[in-house]
Amino acid sequence: MKISGAEAVIRCLLAEGVDLIYGYPGGAIMPVYDELYKFKDDLHHVLVRHEQGATHAAQGYARATGKVGVAIATSGPGATNLVTGIADAQIDSTPMVCITGQVGKHLLGSDAFQETDIIGISTPVTKWNYQITEASEIPEIIAKAFYIAKSGRPGPVLIDITKNAQFDEMEFSYAKCTSIRSYNPKPVLNIDKVKEAAEIINTAKKPFIIFGQGVILSEAEAELKALVEKSGIPAAWTILGLSAMPTDHPLNVGMVGMHGNYGPNVLTNECDVLIALGMRFDDRVTGNLATYAKQAKVIHFEIDPAEVDKNVKTDVAVLADLKESLTALLPLIENNTHESWHNTFKEKYEQELEAVINEELQPMKDGISMGETIEMINKHSKGDAIMVSDVGQHQMFTCRYAKFNSTKSNVTSGGLGTMGFALPAAIGAKMGMPNREVVAIIGDGGFQMTIQELGTIFQTKVPVKIVVLNNEFLGMVRQWQQLFFDKRYASTEMINPNFIAIAEGYYIKAKKVTKREDLDAAVAEMMASKESYFLEVMVEKENNVFPMIPTGASVSDIRLS
Amino acid sequence: MENKTFTISVYSENNVGLLNRISGIFLKRHINILSLNVSESEIENVSRFIIVVNTTEKWVHNIVGQIEKQIEVIKAFYHIDEETIFLENALFKIESSLLFDEKQIQNIIKESHSEIVTVSRDFFVISKSGQRAEIESLYEKLKPFGIMQFVRSGRISVSKSKMEISSLLEELKQ
Repeated sequence: MKISGAEAVIRCLLAEGVDLIYGYPGGAIMPVYDELYKFKDDLHHVLVRHEQGATHAAQGYARATGKVGVAIATSGPGATNLVTGIADAQIDSTPMVCITGQVGKHLLGSDAFQETDIIGISTPVTKWNYQITEASEIPEIIAKAFYIAKSGRPGPVLIDITKNAQFDEMEFSYAKCTSIRSYNPKPVLNIDKVKEAAEIINTAKKPFIIFGQGVILSEAEAELKALVEKSGIPAAWTILGLSAMPTDHPLNVGMVGMHGNYGPNVLTNECDVLIALGMRFDDRVTGNLATYAKQAKVIHFEIDPAEVDKNVKTDVAVLADLKESLTALLPLIENNTHESWHNTFKEKYEQELEAVINEELQPMKDGISMGETIEMINKHSKGDAIMVSDVGQHQMFTCRYAKFNSTKSNVTSGGLGTMGFALPAAIGAKMGMPNREVVAIIGDGGFQMTIQELGTIFQTKVPVKIVVLNNEFLGMVRQWQQLFFDKRYASTEMINPNFIAIAEGYYIKAKKVTKREDLDAAVAEMMASKESYFLEVMVEKENNVFPMIPTGASVSDIRLS
Repeated sequence: MENKTFTISVYSENNVGLLNRISGIFLKRHINILSLNVSESEIENVSRFIIVVNTTEKWVHNIVGQIEKQIEVIKAFYHIDEETIFLENALFKIESSLLFDEKQIQNIIKESHSEIVTVSRDFFVISKSGQRAEIESLYEKLKPFGIMQFVRSGRISVSKSKMEISSLLEELKQ
């Protein structure tokens, strides 16, 4: 059967099980949109308000569901607008396939209308990219795109399709891609390394686990929990590992990193064995590498060989899919409780409670704190919501204080730190998990970077809950200016519009809270709403996030104030 | 950690855009590529990149890891000079009259083990293979007579020890 390349694109997406894509039409992608019109019952297209929103929505969908998110855009500016989301997905290992239209093959390189070299532009921020110039290439390349995006360490793939390839007819047949000779997504587990790791873990006096997103990506949550419970080893999360283990699990000791918990950071430099599970020793986690866990033997469970010894020198590297390596490790691990070592974590937590947490969650000051707002959401969500945070102080408060009962529930821009991520990502998360409550937590700065996606929420009626924590500042930068630049608040003060009027302009139910006594009822009303809801909380203007490891300092030098 | 010269060998598919992807990894770390050569390898449709850089062993380790994880890269290695046999190629274009007027040039050609690849009415071309120092010394010797054009290729090299990739490549051959 001969069909057009554009129809082949749709048939490939359907064959990959895609039923939802995010995008924005334009000249060079119109043949595909014409087919989307014909296939609208099978493949739902969500019209975003800016292509960046399409990528973040696809990311939110992917992070909440574990499936590949798909974004589609036209050539030129449509394609370049995808770049921030692609870079975000690359650094946070999010499976995403982006499809862009391109000018006809005969016009390539001629500076044609809306021509841009998106292959060149996207190369450093994609796991793989490819330009299709013949219709006949479409099935094989799209099959490869999905295989590459999802397998091994996931990431974004961009497929650029020239207009002639969309129009031209081709003989269609589809076969899923299952291997590529130059690509080895899952290293073969070396059981000797697992034995070596087990021996070190079993003889450790003060072992410490840090788990990252690898647990979620390989769906090894049950194995992680079993390992932690059997070994009794205190476990801490990286920002992207958050929700892989319930936050109230007694062996879950908190967050590592710049604004993580006091104990996990300080004790990184006191443990005798550091067990890194599916994490990559990002600089926001390690602080100064020269003083990071030097006393400890480091065991790194990792799927990506390029991450081993990249930042921290390991003693044992177990290269494999985490689910597989933990399954092999579990029977070799001896039961233990590490009671006195746990007590050290508890002591540190008490210190942090007194110095930081109590005042944040039950402030004595009049102004509402970000932490107490998150705590109020916990009260009403009971830890069952998917929390989508943007970037800045509110993000750190969310990751420090939000409660999570189940995995894939913390969606945030970790590695790239993309302001504007949360609003569109929440749309994707809610569409992917319609039966779960999705709450976006956003600052007044980041909200205005992708505020136009309120239009997408209005048009699709997707019932996301939006909380803007408004301190009328770019709060995180202001905090740094206060601490490290003598309070010279260069361009961090925001004079904001009437957000309630804007939300209401999009016919979204909206409420503003300025007093503590109104917070509980407002959050209750928001959570009970069957429709989308916008809640603006005016928070204390100059609150800071603590603890904090100043840039370049050691994890031991974490500041409580 | 001190900087050293490393030769990076990359076996890859022969696809459009891969050079850009690989060179981008050096760009990202602000490393200047000293020399680059891309050719077919011993396997059909498998390309071999030879890239020479001056950096620390830690960085070259990380870079090779990041190159190797690119989808279309089959395998990447790095070696120090002592572990490889390497050479470069150079061409010198010189005015033909000098070959007869300056008898010394013939001696220089003989002593440097270089060869004349073409002679025309106006110019002749000398080709010299060897290590950088040998080519530079020939250049210095010819310079006083006037060199019309000079070009030197990137380094090409083979490893002294067997590449771990050999068996993998055997599979690809079939």
